[in-house]
This record gives sequence, structure tokens and C-alpha cells, in this order.
Amino acid sequence: MKRHALSTRIWHWLNLVCVVVLFMSGLTISNAHRRLYWGDWGFAPEQAWLAVPRFPDWMTIPGYYSLAVARDWHILMAWPFALLLLFMWVAMLVNRHFKRDLVTTRAEWKPGAIWHDVVQHLKLNFDHEGGKFNFLQKLAYGLVLGVFLPMMILTGIAISPGMEPTFGWLVDLLGGRQSARSLHFIFAFALFGFFIVHVLLVLLAGPIGQIRDMITGGRHNEA
Amino acid sequence: MKRRGFLAVIGAGFVAGCNKIAESDAGSHLLGAAEKWHQGAHRFLTDREALAPEYPKSAISPYFRGNGSIDPQNGDYPAQAAEGFANWRLEVRGLVENPMSLSLDNIRKLPQRTQVTRHDCVEGWSAIGEWTGPQLSLILDAAKLKPEAKYIVFRCADNLNGQDYYESVDLIDAYHSQTIVAHRLNGEPLPVKNGAPLRMRIERQLGYKHAKYLTAIEAVASLDDIGDGKGGYWEDRSGYQWYAGI
Repeated sequence: MKRHALSTRIWHWLNLVCVVVLFMSGLTISNAHRRLYWGDWGFAPEQAWLAVPRFPDWMTIPGYYSLAVARDWHILMAWPFALLLLFMWVAMLVNRHFKRDLVTTRAEWKPGAIWHDVVQHLKLNFDHEGGKFNFLQKLAYGLVLGVFLPMMILTGIAISPGMEPTFGWLVDLLGGRQSARSLHFIFAFALFGFFIVHVLLVLLAGPIGQIRDMITGGRHNEA
Repeated sequence: MKRRGFLAVIGAGFVAGCNKIAESDAGSHLLGAAEKWHQGAHRFLTDREALAPEYPKSAISPYFRGNGSIDPQNGDYPAQAAEGFANWRLEVRGLVENPMSLSLDNIRKLPQRTQVTRHDCVEGWSAIGEWTGPQLSLILDAAKLKPEAKYIVFRCADNLNGQDYYESVDLIDAYHSQTIVAHRLNGEPLPVKNGAPLRMRIERQLGYKHAKYLTAIEAVASLDDIGDGKGGYWEDRSGYQWYAGI
């Protein structure tokens, strides 16, 4: 049996492209109005909870300031991003990757067990006894797949005025359009934080083998 | 240091690749198509009559931000403003059976709709205000659209960076019940920065569609021969999406 299912590998790499384009074009969109607010409305400094720094051009798509071009990229990539996430969830449920590898057990939530995992991580010991993922991995991948990525889509829908007549309940649930915009930003940076830690741990765990396995699928008990 | 240089090269290469795609024919078609997919999805998911949220008066923002043109100085606009827009006319023309020229008084005497709605700028900010004016559908019905009319074009008095502002919508948004020709904001005549004496409200789309300083409403069969053919000032100038529901 392969270490990574074909569906996981396809999704992983295509999703990476989508998220990188969405994030970098999102930084240009953030540059268009560098303040965040809570509630339904907000437009002036005294209403903002955060003044966002200007992201330099080299971090952004298209690499110079164009809100129109950034929006073109953003709304194009929103489609494959959302449809691929749906595909991944269906695949994970059908091939039991979710139930087998991601669902946590009650025992894993005991403080002692969590502490043990943290210590093993800090010692850079990545051999997991038994299951494919340890608790911290389950938590991280579960949060990303179950909360961060879906929230990007939901908050994105809630920012769109054309969606609001149908999804007004969603906008209310998120606390208003400007709250949804703030959450869109917060979850984007939560994903960025995950990305940094994920890449760092891949580098520490032996990047060549890890990346090779995510391309070819690898073999199961060979970590 | 070497590794950082390597990452910077990858990053720059990625952006350059994206720009190459965007500049290619196929790429720009794809980017344009995405706008159509969103419009299609919105139209599919949302009833053509479904309303944008309306708020209680208590939700109104302390003041209403002006953006784009906020004090036009071109043509006779300053003179018209000085006389309180007493001689302002709104032309209704193009593919209509009965072209009209309406005074502000004519417009104030039509049945009015008042709505407290949220204005979302493409830049990201929002403001809430109370708008009053007749529904555009009343004016279009009085003018009687010819069957070949497909779009409504809004002509504006302001000239921004050397080009006259204009905007356009399809007939679904033109006939939407919250699409009004507003002449009041928060119970007062429109301030100059918000589009005095008349502006459009297109409540299910972003702010740049809500044409200010309105001088004419024009029914057309195609947007190709207007401006640079993309349906609006910002669409022509910067490539903003014509459908601004996202």
C-alpha cells in the first residue's frame, strides 16, 4: 500500500499552487485598503482594529500594484481551490484516510500524551508508534482541512455582495461583512503559519524522501 | 544566504510565470471567463429579485466616505453646483420609445423608495447609508425599452483623468427593486462628494458600479461602441471586472 493515496498527492500539489496564487494576489488586495474592521462596516482609521503593513511588490501577484489584475487571479483560483477541497474531502471519506489517519482518539487528548508528543517533536524524533500521524500532526492537518481552508471559502463568499442576498445568514453568523473580511485575512495568515511550520518540519524530517513520497506515493511503513 | 537567494529566484520566477500567463491570449481569456463563472453562479444561486440586506437607521455610519471623483471641476458642473443644481436634467435615451428629459423636480415627484444599505468599495471598505429615490424600473417603464435593449448605460458629469465616467448594468440589475436613482443620503440632498445631485444605487454590486453625478440613462443593445467597450470607466481604464458582485 502506498504511503500517500493518489488523490492526496494530486490535491496536495494542485492545492499548493492555488493557495500560493490566492495568498500572493490577496496581499495585493490587502494593499488596496490596509485596515481591518469588525462588524458590518468600517472605512476610517478610528474604526479599525488593525492597520495592516503594506506588502512589498515582490511578495505579491502581479508583482506591481494592480487591484484589477490581483482580483482577476484571486477570483479565477477561487474555483479550483474550492472544488479541489471538496474533491479531497470526498476522497478522504471514501478511502477512509480521514477515519484511519486523521480522527483523534480520546486518549490522545490527555495532557500527558500531548506533552509526550510535544517533547518528541522538540527532540526531532519523528518516528510515530502505531498510526501514520501523531497527535500534533492530526491536529494540524485536521485544523487545516477542516477549519482553515473551508473558512477561507466561507469568509470569501461572505465578502461578495452578489452572494449576500442568498448567504445573508452566513454574513450574520460571521459578524458582518467587515468581520468576514477580517476573518478572511486571519485565516489566510493561519494558513501561512501552517505553511512555514510544515515546510520546516519536512526539511527536518528529510526533505528528499518526504517530497519524493508526496510525488510517487512511497511505501507505507517507510517513513 | 545562498538558500534565500534561491527562494527569491523561485518567487520571482513564479510571479513572472503568472504574469506571462495573464498576458497570453489564453490566459487573459481564462481570467475573463472566471468573472463570467462567478456571475453565472451568483445568478444561479440568487433569485433575480432577491434583496441586498437592509439595515435599521441605527446602523447608519457616522458619515459616508466619498471616493473617486469627490468634487468635479470639469464642464459646467461647478456652475450647476453653485446654483444648487436647479437646472440639472436627466436624459433618458437610446433604445427607448419615449425619450425623456427629467428635472430634479420630476424625479422627486415619482414614487420614492428609501433603503438603508451597505456600500462595499472594491478596495475593501464598507459604509452604511440611507438612500432615497425612484426605482430605475419606473423610469425605464415610462420610457418603454425597445426589445433589442440589453444593457442600461449610466452617463456621468465627472471627468476623471481625462475620461468621462460611465457605468452599465444588465436588465436584471436595472429592474431590481433596490436599483434606484438616489437624490438623498441620510435624509439630506446628496452631498457633492457622494454624487450630487443624482447617483445610481446598484446594491448587489461593488461601489464603482454606483455611477455618481448622473446626467443620462441610455438603453443600448451592446457595450462595444461605448468608451473602450468594456462597460465602464474603471473597466476600460484598469481592467476591473464588469460584473462586480464579488
